[in-house]
Amino acid sequence: MLAYTIRRILLMIPTLFGVAVLVFFMLRVMPGDIVETMLREGGGNIPQHVIEQERARLGLDRPLYVQFFSWFGGILQGDFGTSMWTGRPVIHEIGSRLELSLQVALMATLLAVLIALPLGTLAAIFKNTLIDHVIRVISIAGLAVPSFWLGMIIILTLLTFYSWIPPLTFVSIFDDPWRNLSQLIWPAMAVGYRYSAVATRMTRSSILEVMQEDYIRTARAKGVYERLVVARHGMRNALLPVITVIGLEFAFLIGGLVVTEQVFNLNGIGRLFVQATARGDYTMVQGLVLLVAVTFILVNFMIDMLYAVLDPRIRYK
Amino acid sequence: MTDITPDTAPAITYKVRKRRHPVIAFALEQPLGSIGLVIIVLMMLAAIFADVVAPYDPLQTNYIAIMQAPSADHWMGTDDFGRDIFSRVIYGARTALAVGFIASLAGCSIGALIGMVSAYFGGWIDTVIQRLMDVLLSFPIIVLALAVVAVLGKNIVGGIDINLIIAIGLPIIPKVARVVRSSTLSIRELPYIDAARAAGFSHSRIVLRHIMPNVTAPFLIMLTAYVAQAILLEASLSFLGLGVTEPTPAWGLMLSGSAAQYYQEAPWMIIFPGIAISLAVFAFNLFGDALRDWLDPKVRM
Repeated sequence: MLAYTIRRILLMIPTLFGVAVLVFFMLRVMPGDIVETMLREGGGNIPQHVIEQERARLGLDRPLYVQFFSWFGGILQGDFGTSMWTGRPVIHEIGSRLELSLQVALMATLLAVLIALPLGTLAAIFKNTLIDHVIRVISIAGLAVPSFWLGMIIILTLLTFYSWIPPLTFVSIFDDPWRNLSQLIWPAMAVGYRYSAVATRMTRSSILEVMQEDYIRTARAKGVYERLVVARHGMRNALLPVITVIGLEFAFLIGGLVVTEQVFNLNGIGRLFVQATARGDYTMVQGLVLLVAVTFILVNFMIDMLYAVLDPRIRYK
Repeated sequence: MTDITPDTAPAITYKVRKRRHPVIAFALEQPLGSIGLVIIVLMMLAAIFADVVAPYDPLQTNYIAIMQAPSADHWMGTDDFGRDIFSRVIYGARTALAVGFIASLAGCSIGALIGMVSAYFGGWIDTVIQRLMDVLLSFPIIVLALAVVAVLGKNIVGGIDINLIIAIGLPIIPKVARVVRSSTLSIRELPYIDAARAAGFSHSRIVLRHIMPNVTAPFLIMLTAYVAQAILLEASLSFLGLGVTEPTPAWGLMLSGSAAQYYQEAPWMIIFPGIAISLAVFAFNLFGDALRDWLDPKVRM
């Protein structure tokens, strides 16, 4: 187990290195760089030597491989560099927005779990009945409705009935929990619907699979109440794949809220990503992409570890 | 020799097994999936015959009829340029279905090829390809698509932005590759592959003629499911202003810009295009689900 854990951690390095190389060179292929975007924004005619100077200040005049290794070397020491646009450390820029994105992702996860486990179980118990069909339609609709559109519809409804509009500033949950929750519950619902749909479907198919197992028949044969068979023997074993999809969706939500943040006027990781891409803020985009990739890989890793904890039959070698 | 042929052939009554046409059998066994199929076909017809179906020219601006609520003249109302929303939704189906199909087909084909090659050759080729796929998988799809659009810019050929197709198709590749790889791994061990190898067939012939037919079922299932994802992604990108550009009628685009600004006064501007997106994706998911149950219940997506 320990050897496996260490090997898994070591295997993260080539993947992250691949992500770093990919994003670094992809950005450099883009036409125009941040210096041009920044200086030409005013529309004035900037002399070439000023541009050269600015490039040299940001270190963009060095050969690509030198730039890459100085950046990657910094990361290995925990230094993500400074934003080329604002001049503030990338870590700070991300950190100040991470709270919001993380909170929305966590709330959406909570919503999804609260909806998906009961619905998925019901659908599995009443397989091929009206209940199952209705739940199937609800969950397939959840996969179909774009979360940003759902967000607009939610805003529209709230506006019509409660004259509510999305606030312009973000209030931390530690300062004013009530205002914070009343602001973030709506985007969490907008993305949570889709999320719960994914999880509902997985819960259903996973429980159906588990209910075919021998130990379920044994439990029934020895006269356990059907409700207990499902709850104790079925659910528990069916949870593994459900945890997997919940974990993966959660990882995606950290960076994947791009469009929903736009609709709800939220200044989170997604918006930062769009801004940084539009400005050609290399260090920022690189930092964000690495953050998203690390989250994803870590969540994957934790899911695998959780498997071994929840299911004692699984032994990693 | 006596003639042993009996005078009359023994009367054997064969039980005639009703052989239903596969389409009818599908409709009977998968009612929900058939509803999906019907919606898809209707949308395709509307898209193909948009010129006939749509009551107005989708690009025709009319400054007398700006932001009108739905009425007998304009079933879904008009937008801030006075364009008929119903006609734009109909023409939008063209964009959505074309981009969705092409992107999904391209992504699934490349993914399947990569998956088959990876599993067939194994060894270091497999390791390298799998690491590359891991890298692609560690981006949220919207982030990956955004990055591709930002890097490649626009490249419009025949009215369709090739780079948009790449951006939407790319995230599909690693997922398909993974599924196809795992099916190929088990196929590779079957005796007839050994036989083909012993017969001296080339690698490309074995992959294309002996392995490919056996991964058709998961391929078709994924193709349908990823059309849904592609339509949704195209809508998201267009909404962000990075996908289809004005004045082309596209559902995601109809939700952005001035619609996002005025929708609180003129909700019909966003309600109908949103329903169109949802309905299209819903239909493809419904059909894809049924297709999976029908062809190969083991495929997990």
